[in-house]
Amino acid sequence: MYEGVVQRLIDELGLLPGVGPKSAQRIAFHVLAADPVDVKRLAHVLLEVKEKVRFCRICGNVAAEEECRICRDPRRDPHVICVVEESKDVVAIEKTREFRGRYHVLGGAISPIEGVGPDDLRIRELMTRLADGEVTELILATDPNLEGEATATYLARLLKPMGLKVTRLASGLPVGGDLEYADEVTLGRAFEGRRLLDV
Amino acid sequence: MRVSLYRDEGVVLRTQKLGEADRIVTILTRRTGRVRAVAKGVRRTSSRFGARLEPFTHVDLQLHAGRSLDVVTQAETLHPYGEALVSDYPRYTSGMAMLETAEKLTSGEKEPALRQFLLLVGGLRTLADGSHDPRLVLDAYFLRSLAVAGYAPSLDKCARCGAEGVRSFAIVTGGMVCGTCRTPGAASPAPPTVALMVALLRGDWDAADASETRHRTECSGLVAAYLQWHLEHGIRSLQHVERV
Ligand SMILES: [Zn+2]
Ligand SMILES: [Zn+2]
Repeated sequence: MYEGVVQRLIDELGLLPGVGPKSAQRIAFHVLAADPVDVKRLAHVLLEVKEKVRFCRICGNVAAEEECRICRDPRRDPHVICVVEESKDVVAIEKTREFRGRYHVLGGAISPIEGVGPDDLRIRELMTRLADGEVTELILATDPNLEGEATATYLARLLKPMGLKVTRLASGLPVGGDLEYADEVTLGRAFEGRRLLDV
Repeated sequence: MRVSLYRDEGVVLRTQKLGEADRIVTILTRRTGRVRAVAKGVRRTSSRFGARLEPFTHVDLQLHAGRSLDVVTQAETLHPYGEALVSDYPRYTSGMAMLETAEKLTSGEKEPALRQFLLLVGGLRTLADGSHDPRLVLDAYFLRSLAVAGYAPSLDKCARCGAEGVRSFAIVTGGMVCGTCRTPGAASPAPPTVALMVALLRGDWDAADASETRHRTECSGLVAAYLQWHLEHGIRSLQHVERV
């Protein structure tokens, strides 16, 4: 244990995802040794991001305004929605330049063991978006792992009565992984070869 | 130097993200009991483990025993039960409740629990092959895993005094009770519901498959309440199980 504020910093850092006690200690000592100007800039951007960044009221993606850049872009195809788990998946798919439609960010995947059910995700918001009939295709781009597949299964069944074209990213995405780690070429190919879900 | 590599087979119960691309996998193994191990790089799409360390998979494993967590060094699929379950939401959620129960009923890490392991493999196999209503498979699994853990409900005799002619189900007392031992709040299930519980506990599928929906519903309610009462923190995934 370190004295007062140093230990508090280590404790706070240790709460961040992917940061264990050793990393927290390493980051804390990096901060202690760093130039005060750099630390101020970091502290400032941390506060700024909480003040200014919010979630798009349409798609749930991170946004600097009430609606995100993609939802505001009139050149994006309003007939196709790509459903993803997290905002970082939007970033990964945007890099492929394969997709010109819009997104819907669920905010995670169904995970019964973690107590996350369909009602805890932005599924109701998705259904609301589909109500006016403008959207004709839905691409389910949840992670190619068990929870992502189960979430896609749930959505496909829910969407079936709506008569939409529902597709799933093609296999070729190795199962078991996170979408964000797929390289651009593989992810692009998975988009091109997406398969129609027949439920 | 002690040998730190070991081999076992097991069912993956749960995975948790660790750091950038790793996962901690919780596995119920045949010989070692419940094990927590690190699967390095498994979230990268280039991982050699692929889907082999996803929940439900029955795998043959090689592990390196570590000071706090073991490390998975090899994994070969024996039965990919998740593949069948993931495309059927009621079966998937039933399976998840089985995995969570298996974790909670094996209290200690690395305490051999062969009977729990065999029950889980059998339960997942039955769930995946689609031969029975998933709700029956789940309730049969609950009743039998509780029995293995020493919490079998008494169904034919009074749980308190042993008298015959039982009419009420009292969770706290441990199953069916007679009129004298009945406590306020005890349920009074229909006789076919009690017969269904007996059939599920014994593995009498002919009788279980012939049961009526209303008795299955009542049975599920009683079994769930009984299970939740015996497990201190309850089964989180139970509320997400979808009944067909
Ligand atoms: Zn948006
Ligand atoms: Zn009695």
